[in-house]
Amino acid sequence: MILDVIVCVKRVPDTETRVRFSYGATVIEPEGVKYIVSPYDEFALEAALRTSEAGEGGRVTVMTLGPEDSQETLRASLAAGADAAVLVRVQGAVTMDGLATAKVLAAELETRDEQLVLFGVKAGDYDQQQVGPMVAALLGRPCASNVTGFEVGESVIRCVRDVEGGSEVVELDLPAVVTLTKGAFELRYASLKGIMAAKKKPLEIKDADLPDGRLTVERLDYPPERAEGRIVGEGVEAVPELVRILRDEANVL
Amino acid sequence: MGDVLAIAEQGDGEIRPVANEVVTVAAAVAEGLGGTAHALLLGGAGVGEKAGDLGSFGAEVVRVGEDPALEGYVPETYAAVIAEVVSSHGYSAVLFAATAIGKDLAPRVAALIDAPLASDVTHLETDGGRLVGIRPIYGGKAMARVGFEASPAILSLRPNAFGTNGYRGDGRIELFTAAIPHGVRTRIVDFQAAQGGSVDVSEASVIVSGGRGMKGPEHWSLLEDLQSALGPGTALGASRAVVDAGWRPHGEQVGQTGKTVAPRLYFAVGISGAIQHLAGMRTSQTIVAINKDPAAPIFAVADYGIVGDAFEVLPRLTAEIAALREVG
Repeated sequence: MILDVIVCVKRVPDTETRVRFSYGATVIEPEGVKYIVSPYDEFALEAALRTSEAGEGGRVTVMTLGPEDSQETLRASLAAGADAAVLVRVQGAVTMDGLATAKVLAAELETRDEQLVLFGVKAGDYDQQQVGPMVAALLGRPCASNVTGFEVGESVIRCVRDVEGGSEVVELDLPAVVTLTKGAFELRYASLKGIMAAKKKPLEIKDADLPDGRLTVERLDYPPERAEGRIVGEGVEAVPELVRILRDEANVL
Repeated sequence: MGDVLAIAEQGDGEIRPVANEVVTVAAAVAEGLGGTAHALLLGGAGVGEKAGDLGSFGAEVVRVGEDPALEGYVPETYAAVIAEVVSSHGYSAVLFAATAIGKDLAPRVAALIDAPLASDVTHLETDGGRLVGIRPIYGGKAMARVGFEASPAILSLRPNAFGTNGYRGDGRIELFTAAIPHGVRTRIVDFQAAQGGSVDVSEASVIVSGGRGMKGPEHWSLLEDLQSALGPGTALGASRAVVDAGWRPHGEQVGQTGKTVAPRLYFAVGISGAIQHLAGMRTSQTIVAINKDPAAPIFAVADYGIVGDAFEVLPRLTAEIAALREVG
């Protein structure tokens, strides 16, 4: 079965970034921040590439919603093996309001034919974990989230989900939306040939208006500093004192 | 209006402890908004028999929808039923737990009723009749103070970040007939329980986490022994290095690309404390670190530390804690 897949990706700061912002700011300072494809979106891309390889050469498209700069994110995905890219270009920043983002993506997906839409389970910046299932609800399609692996059958997809206390196998009718977590899908490295080829692959740009965010950031703060800890002691001799402290002072045993 | 709805999670017909926490928060917030707290419990036949407990945590009304189609969690069905309840009553806020189910369900409900969602909120208050939440972003490296420009506001609350109140009163239980949607295209086929107990790291009240200092997956029995000595409610966690090496499953990973946790007690054993790990566990109440390297960054966030070899310290720690629990 030939299955075309579209993967929605987001450009986010590298997870090793030390985030900085000034007092009263609502966004982080962009200077010195290295941007990457959100790690979970990479799992989704790898899953799409393998689906295409296992099937009969279905097309893999990557799509992102973001400013002009997001083109580099798409080129990186093309270099890894995606066939085509779509930039849904918006003016200004993508906000924390996932529903605003989901509405624009759903409107675009509505016009396309892919039977399978993949997302990373969450974005590495705002950690909201919501756009994938929102898009599914807006499109009226079934969705499995937090998926570690899947198998495509005749007009169905069977997914293994990571849930509390174990894993669940769930079957969805296609067309469907699936969000990926870390599983078997570590993204391959882009080869030199892939990087060269990426420059010639189609990258379509479409302009869209992002609705005003209705979840607003009023202020950013650094996480509260933890009070100075103490080294109870060295080696096994320190254990009784640690246990006494945990029981009598911290009251946690 | 000002009424707040708490979505109460159940598993196998039992109300999960996190539901009591969500109801507790709903009651506090409803007070600030000038309304009352309601709870919504969905499940199979007989699930409502336990619903009275939700009242004692502050729900004035507990709405119970019993239907064979609601016995297990089916996302499309649950989302449709909840969206209908929310729309027909007109709540100011709807609170979920940020569990696997809550994180899957809340976005669907938000999309169906066209309301903004703040996920994994760790602090919630009312300020002059409006809701203000705080939620970690960038894996916990920054805290965002957020407000809502629409009603209802939808939120999911990080388990263990709020706690529960004692007895508040008796709730009024109202059974309703849930409108089960037709043509659901999602089928739950199978469930396989993970080894090593059923409590998930994101919900556990105590976590024993291991890092590269454990030297290999074959030494995890030392951590499992400590886990069982600490009793039920204790989960195993792992650093990213250990998961990347294939020693432990990703479901156990704590940190920016894993789970963000806030247990009462967190043991970091043989974990040096990479920035992305610290981001995921720094809101824990009490942190204990065991590491050979006195300069390891983990000691900067730990409340108590032992500098030493985990292979020597762990058996003794397990024995001492087991003895303590036996005495009671």
